Amino acid sequence: MMITDELVGYLEELGKIRLDDGEKVQTKNDLQKILAYMDTLNELDTNGVEPMSHAFGNENVFREDEVQPSADRDLLLSNSERKKDGSYMVPRTFE
Amino acid sequence: MELLDLTALQLGQKIKSGEIGVREAAAASISRIRAAEPAVHSFVSFNEEAALTRADEIQKKIDAGELSSPLAGVPMAVKDNICTKGVATTCSSRMLENFVPTYSANAWHLLENAGAVMLGKTNLDEFAMGSTTETSYFGATRNPWDPSRVPGGSSGGSAAAVAAGEAFYTLGSDTGGSIRQPAAFCGVTGIKPTYGSVSRYGLVAFASSLDQIGPIGRDAADCAAVLAEIMKHDRRDSTSVPTAAPGLSAVQNGSVKGMKIGIPKNFYGEGLDSEVRDTILKAAEQFRAMGAELEEFEMPIVKYAVPTYYILATAEASSNLARYDGVKYGYRAKDYADLAELYTKTRSEGFGMEVKRRILLGCFVLSSGYYDAYYLKALKVRALIKQAFDRAFEKYDMILAPTAPTTAYKIGENTGDPLKLYLGDIYTAMINIVGLPALTAPCGFDAKGLPVGMQLIGRPFGEEVLLTAACAYQRETDFHRRRPSAFLKGGDAQ
Repeated sequence: MMITDELVGYLEELGKIRLDDGEKVQTKNDLQKILAYMDTLNELDTNGVEPMSHAFGNENVFREDEVQPSADRDLLLSNSERKKDGSYMVPRTFE
Repeated sequence: MELLDLTALQLGQKIKSGEIGVREAAAASISRIRAAEPAVHSFVSFNEEAALTRADEIQKKIDAGELSSPLAGVPMAVKDNICTKGVATTCSSRMLENFVPTYSANAWHLLENAGAVMLGKTNLDEFAMGSTTETSYFGATRNPWDPSRVPGGSSGGSAAAVAAGEAFYTLGSDTGGSIRQPAAFCGVTGIKPTYGSVSRYGLVAFASSLDQIGPIGRDAADCAAVLAEIMKHDRRDSTSVPTAAPGLSAVQNGSVKGMKIGIPKNFYGEGLDSEVRDTILKAAEQFRAMGAELEEFEMPIVKYAVPTYYILATAEASSNLARYDGVKYGYRAKDYADLAELYTKTRSEGFGMEVKRRILLGCFVLSSGYYDAYYLKALKVRALIKQAFDRAFEKYDMILAPTAPTTAYKIGENTGDPLKLYLGDIYTAMINIVGLPALTAPCGFDAKGLPVGMQLIGRPFGEEVLLTAACAYQRETDFHRRRPSAFLKGGDAQ
């Protein structure tokens, strides 16, 4: 597996992270080494093995559909740097 | 005996009997924190006034007979990725530098109700991603045994605070060893409970199928006492499992007689420091002398634990950390042309390099074209690892292994080589992959005078077995009672 500049650029896009030039070089080298190590998993035969996403199985947990108090709106908004009229403010998303 | 030399349970008993006041205990901790912090830096934040006010409130409740917990009034600290209502919870990241939770994590909420006096919030690797506490945005924590060395991580602040006598116990979190490895490096006792046994509600998510909250304390009995408070079912965490917490008196009075202990040979091979190996094997002999049966067995799959862990953990992290967009809470970039740039600039400026590296790695293993070869492959290896442990626990009550391949290394020694750091998680990360409980306790020192920790691994929900064995061991040995010389007595640390 070769890590190219294009691949690093694609991952930046996926992760919504922009690296500077130094970080790009470092990331390319690090990913190359780390993925080479991860490739050792290919030594293991996993044909017919069921993937295990959770330690003890994964079942839905249900509760009664009862109305309960929710978080306080103003308190929640207090952690946002930009808000107006009880809402979060973001740049215009459509013209 | 000096107040600061007591265990949490001993102090709780003296508070209950009126021999020591809650304010007196909090004041002693505060004075130790003042003395130790310049050298150790365990805390991201601590609030003397709030702790003393709280101490007075708790004293009143104890006097009124309203608190029955054996830990009521005992000063403690909470890792800064566990939400504390009204108290900043930063994850040691610029991203959450000003974040003040509007609710408390369930584990902290339960301790608060039991009468805990919180001194402050302890340092960690940014978003719990690391094993040295060096990636904290607020600066590294140092090992109380040798301040030129790392305390381990990511709960480095929680472990160092206990070792330096700044707090009687702390809460940490463990995704791949983040309670056990720092506890081992700092010569204290810590336990990662079974996945699902402590609610993760209010723990800032790193890798949700691996994360677990647990205690770090001076001995196994203190850890058992904390677990007794926090192992409660919580419907706000859908992975929370109703289960009985270990019984404190059973833990304190039990024995290892007849217990079958497995020694996985592959955990003792290449890569393990020879002094660490010899020290753990001495602990094994101690268990034998106490009546346990030892048997070696093969577990070759340990070789694949680290790559499996880093695929799963980064995949989940890349998804969990997508929430940091600068809108609802946390850091927000100042100049941006549009919404996409707000997101990208916020994340590029708010996260440190290790967090970025893991997000990008997680994006890779989940991306179209690589998902099957990496993420799906790792999920299958996870099943193989589980089979290996299931087989082992058909024969053994407990597995004895090293916690980390080395003792604490120098600050800066391994920075810049992420793969080398990741390899240090080999004995701990494997346990999170399958959700088992595991405890670390001090079992000796290397030639440099640095603590060595042994790891006891148990069956699902087998906390009581691990704590009983550790308690029995600690009745026969005194490694857990030793303190770094600079922090031996009173509040006047050097």
